[in-house]
Amino acid sequence: MDSSRQLFQYILSGLSNGAIYALIGFGFAIIYNSTGIINFAQGEFVMLGGMLTIFFLTILNLPLTAAIILSIIISTMVGVSFERLAIRPLKNAKPLSLIIITIGASIFIRGAAMLIWGKDTHALPAFSSNDPLYIFGATILPQHLWIIGVTVLIIIGSRLFFNYSIAGKAMRACSYNARAAGLVGINVKSMVMLSFAISSAIGSIAGIIIAPLTMTSYDVGVMLGLKGFCAVIIGGMSSGMGTLLGGLLLGLLESLGAGFISASYKDAIAFIILLLILFIRPEGLFSKKETERF
Amino acid sequence: MRFFSRQRHAVRSLKLNMITEKKRQILIFLIFAAAVLAAPYFLKGNYLLNVFVFVGINTMLAIGLNLLLGYAGQISLGHAAFFGMGAYISGIITARFPVDPFLVMILAATIAGALAFVIGSPILKLKGHYLAMATMGFGIIMYIIFNETVDWTGGPSGLSGIPNLHIGSLIFDNDLNNYYLVWLSTLAVMLLSINLSQSRIGRALRAINDSEVAARVMGVNARILKVRIFTVSAVISAVAGSLYAHIMTFIAPASFGFNFSVELLTMVVVGGLGSIYGSFLGAAILTMLPELLRVFQDLDIIIYGLMLILMTMFMPGGLISGIEAAAGFIAARMKGTKDSDAQA
Amino acid sequence: MLRLNGITKVFGGLTALEDVSFSVDGGSITGVIGPNGAGKTTLFNIVTGLYTQTAGDVYLGEKNISFFETESLAGLGLVRTFQNVELFAQMTVLENVMVGLHTGSKSGIFSCAFKLPGQIKEEKYIREKSLEWLAFTGMADMADRKAGNLPFGKGRLLEISRALAAKPKIILMDEPAAGLNSRETAELAVLIRRIRETGITIVLVEHDMDLVMDICDAIVVLNLGKKLAEGTPREIQENPEVISAYLGDG
Repeated sequence: MDSSRQLFQYILSGLSNGAIYALIGFGFAIIYNSTGIINFAQGEFVMLGGMLTIFFLTILNLPLTAAIILSIIISTMVGVSFERLAIRPLKNAKPLSLIIITIGASIFIRGAAMLIWGKDTHALPAFSSNDPLYIFGATILPQHLWIIGVTVLIIIGSRLFFNYSIAGKAMRACSYNARAAGLVGINVKSMVMLSFAISSAIGSIAGIIIAPLTMTSYDVGVMLGLKGFCAVIIGGMSSGMGTLLGGLLLGLLESLGAGFISASYKDAIAFIILLLILFIRPEGLFSKKETERF
Repeated sequence: MRFFSRQRHAVRSLKLNMITEKKRQILIFLIFAAAVLAAPYFLKGNYLLNVFVFVGINTMLAIGLNLLLGYAGQISLGHAAFFGMGAYISGIITARFPVDPFLVMILAATIAGALAFVIGSPILKLKGHYLAMATMGFGIIMYIIFNETVDWTGGPSGLSGIPNLHIGSLIFDNDLNNYYLVWLSTLAVMLLSINLSQSRIGRALRAINDSEVAARVMGVNARILKVRIFTVSAVISAVAGSLYAHIMTFIAPASFGFNFSVELLTMVVVGGLGSIYGSFLGAAILTMLPELLRVFQDLDIIIYGLMLILMTMFMPGGLISGIEAAAGFIAARMKGTKDSDAQA
Repeated sequence: MLRLNGITKVFGGLTALEDVSFSVDGGSITGVIGPNGAGKTTLFNIVTGLYTQTAGDVYLGEKNISFFETESLAGLGLVRTFQNVELFAQMTVLENVMVGLHTGSKSGIFSCAFKLPGQIKEEKYIREKSLEWLAFTGMADMADRKAGNLPFGKGRLLEISRALAAKPKIILMDEPAAGLNSRETAELAVLIRRIRETGITIVLVEHDMDLVMDICDAIVVLNLGKKLAEGTPREIQENPEVISAYLGDG
C-alpha cells in the first residue's frame, strides 16, 4: 500500500472513532450545561449500550433492532434513576461531593456489569454486511458509514431539539440561568432529569454503534469516557459544533499518531492533548473566552 | 466594664481547655502507637500480620491523599502514579545495581516530588471537575508509561528481582520485620501529618478548602500552598511505593492504575476527609475487605462504588465522624451520670 | 492612606466603573455609598486584587498596589470583609481568627510537621493574639464553636475579628450592617469606633444611611459607576445631586 492510501486509511478510521468521541463528549456537555456537573459515569453508559445489546441479542435471541432499542431504553433508565437517587437528593452539594458520587456510580455500574456479564470481551455483529467497500483504494467498512451517519443524525436532531422544541429551549434557559428559568415557570428539576436521560441515551447509542468495530467489555467505559471528555474539552463545553470538531480532531490525531509515531502510545496521545488544553486554554479551542470571575 | 471581665474569664477557661485537649491528643496517639506496635504479639504466625503490612502502606497513601483532598479540598485521581513512580524507581535501580536501597528511596521520593511540583503549578490552577479530569489524565499517562517502557519496567508482565531492604544484617524479608518497617514509617507519617494539620499550614489549607477567596484576602498564598501540599503528598506516596516494591520484590503496572487511584479515594472518603486517624480506618477497611469477600470474588468494586455514594450522601465526615460522635455521646452520658451521682 | 486614581472597569462591553478617584485619610472612617449597581463592591474587588481594573491606579500609602496579587495585600496591611460573609465554615471561631495571623507568622511545612521550637513558640503567640482579638470583639465565649453554626450577626463579627488579627492598617468592610438587627447595628457602630481608636483606617460600603451618617468622617457617593460627590456627612446630606440620585432611583 502506498503512503497516500495509508494516510487516507488512517484518516477514515480516525474520523469514525472521532465521531464516537464527539457523541460521548456531547453527553458530557448536555449534563454539564444543565447542572454544572461533569458526570464521571458517562463512559459507563457507553459500555452499557454495547453490553446490553449483546446481551439481548445473544442471550435472549432478540432481533438486532429490538435489542438496540431495548438497550437504549434501559441505559436511559439507569441514567435517570442515577439522577433521581444520587444527584437530586444532594441539593447545593460541593463540587467535590458530586465528583465523588459520580465516580462512585461509575465504578458501581462497572462492577455490576462485571458481575453480570463477566470479564470477557464481546463483539457485536455489524449492522449490515461485513464486506469492506473500497473508496479511492482505501477500505471502509459499512459500520464506519453507520457510525458517521448516526452521529450526523444525532447532531442534527439535537440541534433541532435545542433550538426549536419547547423542552429544548427550556433546557437551554436552565443552562444560562437556572434560577431565572425557575422563576419563569420552567421545571428545573425535570430539565435536569431530562438532561441525564438524553445524555445516557446518546452515550449508549455511541456504545452500540462502536461495538461491532472495537469489541466491548465491562471496562471499556473508562477510556471511552475520558476520550469523550477530551473531545468536549478540545471543543469547549458550550458549543455543540465545537464538540463535534473536537471529537473528529482527537480521532484524527490519535489515528495518525498511532500510525506514524507509535501504536503503543495511542491512548496517551488523547491525555497529553487533554492536559495541554486544560493548562493552556481550559475554555476550549473553539469557544470564546468567558469573563474572568473569582 | 462587665463586658471585658466576662471576655477575660472566657479566655482563661479556654486556655485551660486547650491544655487538656492537647494532652488528650498526645494520649490518643500514644495509645494508637502502642496498640500498633504490640499487635504482632497477638498475631504471631497469623496471615493477618501480612494483611496489616499492607494496611500500613495504604494508610500512608491515604494520609498523603487526605492532606490534599481532605485538608486543601483539591482532588487527585492520579495518586496511584506517584505510588508507582516510587515503586518503579526503587525497583528498577535496586534490581540492577548494587546501591543502597534507602538512598534510592530518597532519590525516588525526590523525583516524584519534583514531578509533582512541576505539574502541580498548571494542574492545581484548575478547579473541581477539571482538576479531577486532569489528574486522572496524568495518572493514565503514567500508567501507559509503566506499561510501555518494557525495557525498564518489564511492561505488563512486571518487574521482578527487587531485593529486600536491609539494615546491616537485619533483612526485611518476613512479615514481622516488614510489619515494623512499614508501621514505624507509617506512624512517623501520621505524627508529622497530625502536627502539620494543627499548625498554621494546616489551618491555611482548611481555609482554602472552605473559602479560597477569603483565605487569599487573609494573606494565604493558595496557589503556592496547594502546589506544596501536592508535592508533600506525592513524596509520601512515593515512599510508600518504594517500601511496597522492596516488600513485594515484584511489581506490575496493574497495581498503579486508575482503579487503585479510585481505591485510595474511597479509603479517604470512607475513613473521613480531613482526619488522619480516619485515613487509617479507611485504609484498614478497604485492605481487609477483599480478604473478607474472598467468597464473593469481584464484589469489592461494587461495594467501593456504593460506599463512595452512600458515604458522601449520608456521612460526609466519614466513619471517623460517626465514631467521634458516638464517643462524645458516651462521654456525655458518663459525665451525666457522674453529675447526678454527685447531686444525690 | 489609600488613594484611587482614575479607576475604570469594563466588563465585556459594560462599564462598571468610570474614572473614579478619591483618597482616604489615615485614621478616618470613610463611607462609600450609592444606589444598587453603583459599582461599590466592584471597587472593593479591584482594590483587593480580585478584579483587575481596565485603567487607573490604586495606592496604599506611597506604594502603587494596582497589580498586586490579593494574597500579598494582607501583609501590606490591607484586608477586607465580604458582603455575604466568607467564613471558614468548617473551622472553629478561634481557628478562623488564627488564619488572620497567617501573614504575621512564617513557619513553613517542614517546621510545622516537625514541631521545631520556633514553630511551637509562634503557635502559642498566634493562639494568644487570636484570643485577644476575640475578647476585643466580645466573641471569646464562642471560641470553640464551629463558624458555620454561628448566627449571621455573629458571623459578621467573626469576620471583623479575623480581619483585625491580620494587624491591618486599613480594613475595607463590604456592607457590615446588612442583615443585622437594630441592636446589632448599634453595637457594630460602637465596635467600628473602637477599631478606629486603635489607629486602623476603615472604609465601608453601606446602605444603612443612619449608620453611615453617624460614624463616617468622610463619604464618597458613587452612581452608575461614576463618583457623584464626596465630602463630610453634612455636605453629602445637603448635596442636591446626591438627593436626586437617591430619590430618582427610588
